[in-house]
Amino acid sequence: MRAWVFGDNVDTDVLAPGRYMKLPIEEMAKHCLETLDPSFAASVRPGDIVVAGRNFGAGSSREQAPAALKHLGIVALVAQSFAGLFYRNALNLGLPAVVCNDATRIRNGDRLRVDPEAGKIENLSSGETLACEAIPAHLMAMVRDGGLLAHLQKRCNTISS
Amino acid sequence: MNQTLAQKLVARAAGRSSVTPGEIVTCRVDLAMMHDSSGPRRVKPMLEQLRAKVWDPSKVVVITDHYLPAYDDESRKIIRIARQWTREAGIESFYDAQGICHIVLPERGHLRPGMFAVGGDSHSPTGGAFAAYMFGIGATEMVGVLVTGEIWLKVPHTIAMEFDGAFGDGVAAKDVMLFLIGRFGMDGGQYQAVEYRGDAIRKLSMQERMTLCNMTAELGGQVGLIASDSVTRDFLKTEIETWQGDADAPLLAHHRFNANELAPQVAAPHSPANARSVDQYKDVCIDLAYIGACTGAKLEDLRMAARVLRGRKSAVKLLVAPASLRDQQSAEREGTLQVLLDAGAELLANSCGMCAGFGERLLPENAVAISTTARNFKGRMGAASAQVYLASPYTVAASAVAGRVCDPREMLA
Repeated sequence: MRAWVFGDNVDTDVLAPGRYMKLPIEEMAKHCLETLDPSFAASVRPGDIVVAGRNFGAGSSREQAPAALKHLGIVALVAQSFAGLFYRNALNLGLPAVVCNDATRIRNGDRLRVDPEAGKIENLSSGETLACEAIPAHLMAMVRDGGLLAHLQKRCNTISS
Repeated sequence: MNQTLAQKLVARAAGRSSVTPGEIVTCRVDLAMMHDSSGPRRVKPMLEQLRAKVWDPSKVVVITDHYLPAYDDESRKIIRIARQWTREAGIESFYDAQGICHIVLPERGHLRPGMFAVGGDSHSPTGGAFAAYMFGIGATEMVGVLVTGEIWLKVPHTIAMEFDGAFGDGVAAKDVMLFLIGRFGMDGGQYQAVEYRGDAIRKLSMQERMTLCNMTAELGGQVGLIASDSVTRDFLKTEIETWQGDADAPLLAHHRFNANELAPQVAAPHSPANARSVDQYKDVCIDLAYIGACTGAKLEDLRMAARVLRGRKSAVKLLVAPASLRDQQSAEREGTLQVLLDAGAELLANSCGMCAGFGERLLPENAVAISTTARNFKGRMGAASAQVYLASPYTVAASAVAGRVCDPREMLA
C-alpha cells in the first residue's frame, strides 16, 4: 500500500525497456522504471501502488509495461490520466488503473487504500480521502476475474459446456 | 444525425446506422495485424491456455520486423515461433523480413477505406491514412480479438487538425506531427480520433499521410484519420468507397493552421513534445544520423534525404534502414539508394532496428543523434545517456552533412 510517486508522461520504454523485451517477465521486471529510479524494482513490495501525473504509460502497445508492474506486486495505479492504450492493457491484465485529478497531492511513501469501484482513495498517511473516477462496471467485472484472459476462459468454458 | 468519419467507421463495424461519442460499443474486426514481438510469441501460449482457435485466419496478417536480423538465441526463437505459429494457425498472410509492419500492410494491399482493424503495435493508427479505423492493442487484447473477432470501444470524439494552403519545400509530414505534438503535448489527442484535413493534407502523398496518422500515437489519439480520395485510390490501384465525415458533424475541437507558415521542426531529448522550429536547435552538434523507421525511411523519406545528400558527404556516421524491402528495391532502381550510399550511408536491415531499441545496433553512451524516428524517450534507442533529436528526413540529412542541427532549406535552394 506504499505509494511510489512519479511525474508526467512516464513512458513504456522506461517501464519495459526495448533491450530487455526478449527476456521473460521476471527478468525484464528488474529493469522496470530503472531509468527514473534505479532502486525501484528491488525496493518495491507486494501491495504497493504506483502514483503518477498525466499520461502515464505513453508510447508503446507493449503489455510488458503493466505486466512488469504487476509482476513486482503493484496492486493499483493512480494517475491524473493514462495513455489510452496502456489503460486498456493494464485492465486487461487485471491491474486497476484509477484516474484521480488530485493524484499530485499524494507524497512518495504515503500509505494508500484504493477502491476502484467506489472511486475513492484513502491516504492513511495524510488522513485525506481523494475522489477518483470509478472504473466502468463492464471493465471491473473483467478486472475482478483477474483480467481478460481469465474472463475469456470463463466465456470459452460456457460455450463448450 | 451528422457523423464524423470516426463515427461512421465505428458505426459500420458495430452494425449500427449511427453511434454517439462516449457510448461503448462492440465492433466486428475486419483485420488483425501482429508482429513478432507482440504477436505469436505472446498470443500462442494464451490461445493454448484457452484451447481456442483463431476466429478467422483469413483476417489475420503477421509480419516479422522487430527481432530482425535475429542476432542471438532469444531473437532467433521469437522469429521461429512466428514462422511456426502462422503455419499451424493457417494464416496465409505472413510476411517474413519484408519490412516494417505498418508499411508492409498497405503495400501488400490489406487495407481498404471503411475497414475496422486492430494492430499489435502502438503505431497501428497508420492505417487511418486509408480511411480505415485502425488502432493499437496489447497482446492479451489481441487474444480477445483472435478468439471472438470482436473488440469493445468507447466511441471517440473527433479533433480536427486542418491545414490550409500548402507546405513549403523542405517541410514534411514529420514536421507537421512534431509541430502538433509540441503544441498540444503527448496527450493532446486525449485518446480520441484525430482527423487531418484541409488543402495541404489533400495534396500529401499516401506515404506522407501514413506518417501523419502513424504519429497520432505520439499525439495521444486512438486513431488518426484522413478521408479517402483520388490519392488513396491511385495508391491502392483499385476502385474504393469514399469515406468522409459529414461537413457539420460536431467536433471536440477544430484547429486551423496555415501550412505555408510551418518551418522544419526538431524535437529535443527526451520527448517528441520538445519540438521547436529547427533554428532553435541550430548549434547542437551531432555525431550520428539515423534514417529509419516506419515514419522516416519509406521510399519518399529516402527521396527527401537523397535530395539533400546528392553530391554531398555526411560529416557523421549515417545509418539508413529502409522501411520495407520493396521501398529499398524501388530506391535502388531509381538511383535514390546510390545517392545515400555515395554520401557515406551504411545500409541496415528493413526492420524496426534502432528505433525500438530491439536490435544489436544501439546508441552508445553519450551519443548525440538526430533521427527520423517517432520517439526519443530516454534510453529507447540505446544508452540512457544518449541524446536523440527527432526531425524529418530532409533535416536529418542536412544535419548529417553539417555535423550539427541544420535547416534543410539551406541545402535545397
